[in-house]
Amino acid sequence: MAKTDIGPPDYKTMLPPVIKRNYGKWLYHEILKPGVLMHISESGEALYTVRAGSPRLISTDHIREICDMADKYCDGYLRFTSRHNIEFLLDDKEKVEPLIAELATRKYPVGGTGHSISNIVHTQGWVHCHTPATDASGPVKALMDEIYDYFVTSTLPAHVRIALACCLNMCGAVHCSDIAILGIHRTVPKTDNSRVPNLCEIPSTVASCPTGAIRGDMKNKTVTVNDEKCMYCGNCYTVCPAMPIADPENDGISIWVGGKVSNARSAPKFSKLAIPFLPNNPPRWPEVVDAVKNIIEVYASNAKKHERMGEWIERVGWERFFSLTKIPFTDKHIDDFDMASETFRTSTQFKWG
Amino acid sequence: MAKTDTPLLDELEKGKWPSFVKDMKQAAQKNPMAEDLLGQLELSYKEKIGHWKHGGIVGVKGYGSGVIGRYSDRPDLFPNVQAFHTMRVNHPTGWFYKTDALRNLCDIWDKHGSGLTNMHGATGDVILLGTKTDQLQPCFNDLSDAGFDLGGSGSALRTPSACVGPGRCEWACVDSLDICYNLTMTYQGQMHRPMFPYKFKIKVSACPNDCVASIARSDFSIIGTWKGNIRIDQKEVTAYAASDLDIQKEVCDLCPTKCMEWDGKVLKIQDADCNRCMHCINLMSKALRPGKEKGATILVGGKAPIVQGALLSWVIVPFIKLEPPYTELKNLIERIQDWWDEHGKSRERLGELINRLGMRVFLRAVGLPAVPQMVKAPRTNPYVFFWPEEIQKEVK
Repeated sequence: MAKTDIGPPDYKTMLPPVIKRNYGKWLYHEILKPGVLMHISESGEALYTVRAGSPRLISTDHIREICDMADKYCDGYLRFTSRHNIEFLLDDKEKVEPLIAELATRKYPVGGTGHSISNIVHTQGWVHCHTPATDASGPVKALMDEIYDYFVTSTLPAHVRIALACCLNMCGAVHCSDIAILGIHRTVPKTDNSRVPNLCEIPSTVASCPTGAIRGDMKNKTVTVNDEKCMYCGNCYTVCPAMPIADPENDGISIWVGGKVSNARSAPKFSKLAIPFLPNNPPRWPEVVDAVKNIIEVYASNAKKHERMGEWIERVGWERFFSLTKIPFTDKHIDDFDMASETFRTSTQFKWG
Repeated sequence: MAKTDTPLLDELEKGKWPSFVKDMKQAAQKNPMAEDLLGQLELSYKEKIGHWKHGGIVGVKGYGSGVIGRYSDRPDLFPNVQAFHTMRVNHPTGWFYKTDALRNLCDIWDKHGSGLTNMHGATGDVILLGTKTDQLQPCFNDLSDAGFDLGGSGSALRTPSACVGPGRCEWACVDSLDICYNLTMTYQGQMHRPMFPYKFKIKVSACPNDCVASIARSDFSIIGTWKGNIRIDQKEVTAYAASDLDIQKEVCDLCPTKCMEWDGKVLKIQDADCNRCMHCINLMSKALRPGKEKGATILVGGKAPIVQGALLSWVIVPFIKLEPPYTELKNLIERIQDWWDEHGKSRERLGELINRLGMRVFLRAVGLPAVPQMVKAPRTNPYVFFWPEEIQKEVK
């Protein structure tokens, strides 16, 4: 019988000696070049970090390859970041360039530091989820191929955090990203009345609906959906498998912009809707890639240094964001959920675009 | 070469960014589960729809979480992924690894599963992507022998996560790694045996830059901060002035509280006006350091949209010192969970419950005083409640 509740391995056993010696004593750091950090301790010791990109969905053989390099250059110590990057931790400056050279021959991108676009936080999509409105790994790969140069350089006004969630459940919690890519459905669930009684709990199905579109039909032990109140979030399907919502021709992707989580300068904020719908067009989602690239390029040429996407948009105004990016503004951009009127303009202060 | 024909996925082997398709094909060469996963994904790319069904209840002995059940809706075509369950393995705090530990994980997963992983999942766990039902217990046994344990899933405490903190960051105001690991070990029961109304997430960031996005993604957000003056090294300020950095334009002018003055020689900060946003410290890491009295701000309620809309966490404790064994912190967590457990409806997150019953009721229930740091502004409506004891009783 296996031991239970032992918890994860103690992180202290995974720290390289240079970190153990200087734990909590770090004094400052410098970005030596994109993807390379140098942290200096009060003791004068230095720690070098080389950050490399990863597709997140990786094989055990790929992990072993990463381990081989960590053994060769880092005495077997490495870490991963909250954005799925690999970080090689070195105490010997002489080994930094040879490691980067080996990473280059193995085609690992080195970067993701400073004013760059780091790896895209994303979800499972068609690879392993039961509720996705799009794939996750595919659109991420297609987009990162196109914006690769922003990962390996540091040329943007500030860093741009991109995240993708393949449905509104948002396992990736993308809702505070500079650019959020969100899978959406656009048609109502197809309730299978013959299966609801066996598969679903009616009260929890009713309670799952944010807009109160679902009513219990106790007589027939099923539910009815008020189509006009349904905004296709798919949460009912999450709790009731007899209400499938996926629709290949109408599912797709929405784009949200201007969120952040850091407290630097302005407060953390949600991303706001930029593009309500783009089609699912595998394997390379060209419409999504073009739309995101356009937003990045307009931001890069208009924002001031250190201004995050949302800070730039708030300075110039959303009306100007739409005119600069040439993204059409529609009735879908105007909120109609709870507290919607808080976003309506209550002054005569606006720009002509 | 893999025997499955995947013309659409092959397109994603092209391009400069590392390709997940290459990894899937690599695994498929030696693993029939990975081979069928590749085939099913190609079908999804062709049909533009997912092919996974809802999971049934699967797991390991003694646990109610850590395994996500998953079944193919086309087992006729892809029999090796008929059952293809995910195991969430609690990562070492801060995602630090020694290679021998990682190689152990790889060997165990090659023996029992698909050979495919996510490093890491959104909550922070190592995701072991897909295995058959009869492999779950043997895989867990081997993981446990190797010193690993499962993370949280369902209506449980989810695997807590933390930024790199004092491990490698000069801005750390609290020991995010130790706090996270300590809470993880204290609350193993809450993680492995779901007993809450819904999920509960704890994330620890050691400074207001919030590198693990705790304010957006956790019901209980711990964010390091400080009291007292930002420590200034004027010699290093002078060095920055001689560099590419334009201190007036890039630092002072972008300070949200305009509490900084730069006369070309000396940098002055009116610390009473500072809101500790980190901008100046981020830009002048050699010259500016957080103040010496360190602790954390506690915020609660953060979550993604489902069901009642997305929330950012709200300040409930402006400042708390955090030292082992973190008794005051744990007492607070437990008081909050007790209140939520007692009043929360099924699938109601903490933030939604506070919205439904009122912050006033929540604060009284968990014994926290109202302070102005909790709000952006006082209320503007006159719909004010008073407690019975605040009202003068009728004189008889």
